[in-house]
Amino acid sequence: MLNRTIAPPIKDAKDFNLQLPLYRKQVLSNGVEVYLIDLGTEDALMIGWIFDAGNSHESRNGVAAAVSALLKNGTSTRSAFNINEHFEYYGAYLSRAAHHETADITLHCLNKHVSELLPVVAELISDSVFPEEEVAIYKKNGQQRLQVNLKKSDFVAGRLIESYLYGPEHPYGKYSRLEDLQNLQRDELLRFYHQHYSHGACRIIVAGKLPPTLSEELERYFGVLPLRAPVAPDPAALPVITPATQRKYDIVNDPEGVQASIRIARNFPNRHHPDFQKVQVLNNVFGGFFGSRLMTNIREDKGYTYGIHSYLLNNRQESALLITTEAGKEVCRATIEEVYKEMELLREELIDEEELAMARNFTIGSILGDLDGPFQVASRWKNLLLNGLDEHYFYEGIRIVKTITPEELQELAQRYLDPEAFFELVVV
Amino acid sequence: MIQYDRFQLSNGLRVLVHEDHSTPMAVVNVLYDVGARDEDPKKTGFAHLFEHLMFGGSVNIEDFETPLQLAGGENNAYTTNDFTNYYIQLPAENIETAFYLESDRMLSLAFSEKSLEVQRKVVCEEFKEHYINKPYGDVWFKMRELAYKQHPYRWMTIGSKLSHIEDARLEDVRQFFFKYYRPVNAILVVAGKVKTEQVRTLAEKWFGDIPSGEKYVRNLPKEPRQQEVRKLEVTADVPLDALYKSYHMASRLEQGYYVADLITEVLGGGGSSRLHQALIKEKKLFSQIECYHTGSVDEGLVVIEGKLIKGVSLEAADKAVEEELLKMQSEKISEKELTKIKNKTESAIVFEDMSVMNRANSLAIYELLGDAGMMNTELGRYQAVTAEEILSTSRQLFDPNNSNTLYYHSGQPKGGVSHAQ
Repeated sequence: MLNRTIAPPIKDAKDFNLQLPLYRKQVLSNGVEVYLIDLGTEDALMIGWIFDAGNSHESRNGVAAAVSALLKNGTSTRSAFNINEHFEYYGAYLSRAAHHETADITLHCLNKHVSELLPVVAELISDSVFPEEEVAIYKKNGQQRLQVNLKKSDFVAGRLIESYLYGPEHPYGKYSRLEDLQNLQRDELLRFYHQHYSHGACRIIVAGKLPPTLSEELERYFGVLPLRAPVAPDPAALPVITPATQRKYDIVNDPEGVQASIRIARNFPNRHHPDFQKVQVLNNVFGGFFGSRLMTNIREDKGYTYGIHSYLLNNRQESALLITTEAGKEVCRATIEEVYKEMELLREELIDEEELAMARNFTIGSILGDLDGPFQVASRWKNLLLNGLDEHYFYEGIRIVKTITPEELQELAQRYLDPEAFFELVVV
Repeated sequence: MIQYDRFQLSNGLRVLVHEDHSTPMAVVNVLYDVGARDEDPKKTGFAHLFEHLMFGGSVNIEDFETPLQLAGGENNAYTTNDFTNYYIQLPAENIETAFYLESDRMLSLAFSEKSLEVQRKVVCEEFKEHYINKPYGDVWFKMRELAYKQHPYRWMTIGSKLSHIEDARLEDVRQFFFKYYRPVNAILVVAGKVKTEQVRTLAEKWFGDIPSGEKYVRNLPKEPRQQEVRKLEVTADVPLDALYKSYHMASRLEQGYYVADLITEVLGGGGSSRLHQALIKEKKLFSQIECYHTGSVDEGLVVIEGKLIKGVSLEAADKAVEEELLKMQSEKISEKELTKIKNKTESAIVFEDMSVMNRANSLAIYELLGDAGMMNTELGRYQAVTAEEILSTSRQLFDPNNSNTLYYHSGQPKGGVSHAQ
């Protein structure tokens, strides 16, 4: 007779031998480095062009984002419609996104169509013209989108907390206002484009079951462009971080709102700090997954919220530890108190072995799942490379997850989970 | 080509196995043939609330999450109007943990009063987060009620009002469980680094002795064919006017479903689609416009929704949308446009099927629809659609007597807040 009260034996986290598949590096004749991850079983691939063209490089708010969005809205020979039609005709997805340091163009397509698509991507990188009419549409529609977003408490809270952490002038802390969109000028976009895209610093990451002709095609279309390899930024030239002096904020965005967006956050060093990967383990126990303390207490025991999470921001210069949740207006204060109680427990008491085993095993299992597939491996490599790290960092992280002790975690909690160091923001 | 094996346990549980030895992971997906459409109109939102309760402990296992996380696994679930689906992904070596957990909660829940009390609150917060505390959050409550008069698609999976969730009782939970959550109404799909024989042994061991239950025979009111133009206007404190239009389309298994799916691509699939090009770029009437369909098993809806440029009237915007729909009804789409939407569909299928989790989920849904083998014939169905079919289906679909139009005005609502409470 089956005994359903006894869980089956499991293979423990420490027995998993995780391997990060390596890339092959190709250097184009202009010096641009291509990282190729040849994996997978489907005839499909992803190519990412990563430029040093994030908002840290702009002199006015919103320029980096506008250039990124408008890259595919016209070249000297193609209209926005022609460009969209071309990619869509071949069933390809071409996405753009601007971040703080970098901005990327990402192509997903079936292998059989890649040769039709690469020359057009090269055209976007070398010959975008930002037609006046497209810029006008972008400005108007962007303002309308922003007006809708400004009605959402979570959107407003997300912007404010980062400006408290880094200061409203820092690339991580500044945000677009309606007038920034209104003031965008085509000339300024073109200047940014020439400096940071067509003559910019670029890396290329490729992943999938790669066709044999791909390397040669990348050289043919991108090796001849006036691009260069990025150089590591001078630490002395990084923008100054000026956290706000006021620690607590209560903001009414919508007097009719029925829920509060709560953000509790503190500044935290970047990935090069020896505590970074250790605090990731602490964070997993605290609020990093469904079985974490914040979720177990505040959702699964109290029912104050649909979800509560904590995480470390993926910022190159400086990270932050952030707790985020949406909770009913009437339980908002109680929710905040419980967050601080959970910090206190981690400072005061050792985490027991079972809970730590759960966090270890969950983390290892999720890394194993995360490394499953060429695009996932590429995204991990992208993160390492952009932070100036390599596979040793990955393996060191695994070692930490497997071996960190309850005593070390308590010490980290005492160092970092101090309520005094946190900003607290409530937006209704 | 997705390979799979299929067998059935003596209690009626259907089991599908899809081996993929290129991944270190395994996926265990359990689909129950019950969704929001099966609810009592006075107790809406129950199927979804129930999904939450499935994590609140089962008869022999007090805590679902701990053993799974110890095994390095992750899981989640979702409820649609048609069915409820639970999935676990974990390292393949630890697959038996998933069988242990899923089989116990199929055997019986713990029916804890505490879990019900907490999850009622959690779901109320979910309701607020997604449908009350967001601009335009109530629109789908209104549109479903406008488009459906008989069929239970007239309410949302979250439920039609907060009070239905707040009123849920433990007795309702018990009845719901023993009516729907039985092996005979469930489909188990196991995928990833597994062997069919191993899955057969584990399935027999863990699920084999669960009482079969009674097959649930669905007998839902059919939505009568709409034969009138329907319009509704609302005013709410939102920044922009918005237009919503919906049209009844074919059910999932009909040929018309594939045609309607492609029609939504012609109209709203990407930057070169017709609505985007004509109404955002050329006429500058909308700042955003989309066309999609609800993808449901019974007759669903093709939807067009957009936010208007300030200063444009809803009437003018509506008229411009109708002009585009008229073109769909009067001229065949070009060969180039047809090839484009078929290429897009092919790519979408390839990219979706790259994940083992998606493959497991799709197999379960196709099995629910009657034949898991459909997974391998879908692309062919799309590729066989002709421009003539798109024209004739557009004529039926976009007939004004099949239309539901909602004008969502920006302004101060009369008599207070217009939230769906």
